[in-house]
Amino acid sequence: MEHTVVSATNFNAWFGDNHVVKDVTIGIEKNQVIAVMGPSGCGKTTFLRCINRMHELIPGATAKGSLKLYDDEVYTMNPIYVRYKIGMVFQRPNPFPNLSIYDNVIAGYKLNGLKVPKAELDNIVQKSLTSAALWNEVKDSLHKKGTFLSGGQQQRLCIARAIAMEPEVILFDEPTSALDPISTSSVEQLFHELKTNYTLIIVTHNMQQAARVSDKTAFFYLGELVEFDNTKQMFTAPSDVRTQNYITGRFS
Amino acid sequence: MKNKRLDLSYSQMKWETIFKQILKIMSVLILVLVAGILITLIVESMPSIKSLGIKFLWGKVWDPVQNIYGAYPFLVGTLLTSFIALIISIPFSYAISIYLGEYNPKGWLSNLLKNTIELIAAVPSIIYGFWGLFVLVPLIRTFEMKIGVAPYGIGVFTSSLVLAVMIIPYAASLGISLIRMVPSPLKEGAYALGATHFEVIRSVIMPYTRSGLFAGVLLSLGRALGETMAVTMLIGNTSAVANTIKDAIFGPGNTMASVIANEFTEADHTVYLSALIELGLVLFFVTVIINLIGKRIITKFTNY
Repeated sequence: MEHTVVSATNFNAWFGDNHVVKDVTIGIEKNQVIAVMGPSGCGKTTFLRCINRMHELIPGATAKGSLKLYDDEVYTMNPIYVRYKIGMVFQRPNPFPNLSIYDNVIAGYKLNGLKVPKAELDNIVQKSLTSAALWNEVKDSLHKKGTFLSGGQQQRLCIARAIAMEPEVILFDEPTSALDPISTSSVEQLFHELKTNYTLIIVTHNMQQAARVSDKTAFFYLGELVEFDNTKQMFTAPSDVRTQNYITGRFS
Repeated sequence: MKNKRLDLSYSQMKWETIFKQILKIMSVLILVLVAGILITLIVESMPSIKSLGIKFLWGKVWDPVQNIYGAYPFLVGTLLTSFIALIISIPFSYAISIYLGEYNPKGWLSNLLKNTIELIAAVPSIIYGFWGLFVLVPLIRTFEMKIGVAPYGIGVFTSSLVLAVMIIPYAASLGISLIRMVPSPLKEGAYALGATHFEVIRSVIMPYTRSGLFAGVLLSLGRALGETMAVTMLIGNTSAVANTIKDAIFGPGNTMASVIANEFTEADHTVYLSALIELGLVLFFVTVIINLIGKRIITKFTNY
């Protein structure tokens, strides 16, 4: 494999005694869109949250095994640095309600008290909003509160906020499940553009979405990674019967 | 088959109405009661209002023997004790709110601390008065000797210290609930951008709960303004206006509530009694206004 960005080897995660991610081994390549799908409670979101060490913020949550960003072990790195390098977009748009659109985009810099010259910040804001396909809609109201935007715009604002930190990887936790169909398609379109610069890992409940946007798909079932293959291959000729059953709708 | 539930008898229907009326009457009764208290205060203050007029509010002399009444020393005393108490209590109530709301929201230690803090509000104020007299007063006296002011022991500062302890639970328990209510997606959004725990508190939790925490402080101020027993026992009860700031803080004083408690039984003529009641009326308005502002901010905050 060339240019593996994120790789897990025998990776496990728990909530207390509840073993939610079991022995996952996976290698994710640069500039690809990876869809992670599976039924509810299969551990896909937990696995995603392990990649940027958000999992451990929940009391009682633990993880074991090897998880690497390039050649560095994520679990021996400073979690703050991990989260700079691996951005995240959540299920529900969560712009900071007390901040303007402008300040939301550079929230990562502000939170950490990084001193960046104003001109550079302006540049970051414009670049990130442009990459998130939001610049034209908000360029005249940058100093209004981010919560005035529509749900889809808010989600793109959250994507811009993640891009502003110039991460290697962006994680998406069911990013369109709280959006209407039009906003959903605008976010999906964005995935195609973002993959030229970033590696995207998208957890989704929606199989059509996985088929539409991803290069490769990982199928999780009961905490195990059942299958990881090219999306086309997976949806036309899955090699595991459980994947087959899931895709054909025998369970969900 | 006939459905018995549909067959409500006349007496059942009547009981529904009666039950509702009972609830309504009992609730309205409380409103009437409060209005009654206010009317009594106003009516009983009339003699004093008529003979002293509006200058009662800023009259500096309170001398019942010569029939001169001014509320100024007590207004100052009330505001001074309450605000000093507030300043002392704010760091504690904020620290407790953040610790029990964010760092340690669950578990036995958290519950123990939260219950103990709420218990502070349940302790009768006369017990605080005793504790203040026996424990705090000697300590303050030593402290006053060290900083070179008259070592009364009792006084405005001592009352404020005890008041500070008494009002902590009002701001703290509201603060704990508010901080626990901050939506976790917001906090996670900040964590995902590489924020530390402290940065999340500073940049997400504090802005989100700021107005609510302020309302909690106002509620505890309302409590401090009206507190009577502990303050009466500790403040020293002098109606003279202090000459220097040092004396005003460390010397004895009087609040509106404490002067009423002290002199009510001695008030031997109409205007004297009426002047005390007018003090009560002023106190009533001050606390009601503070409480209303606090409630308003909370409503605004919870609709946010």
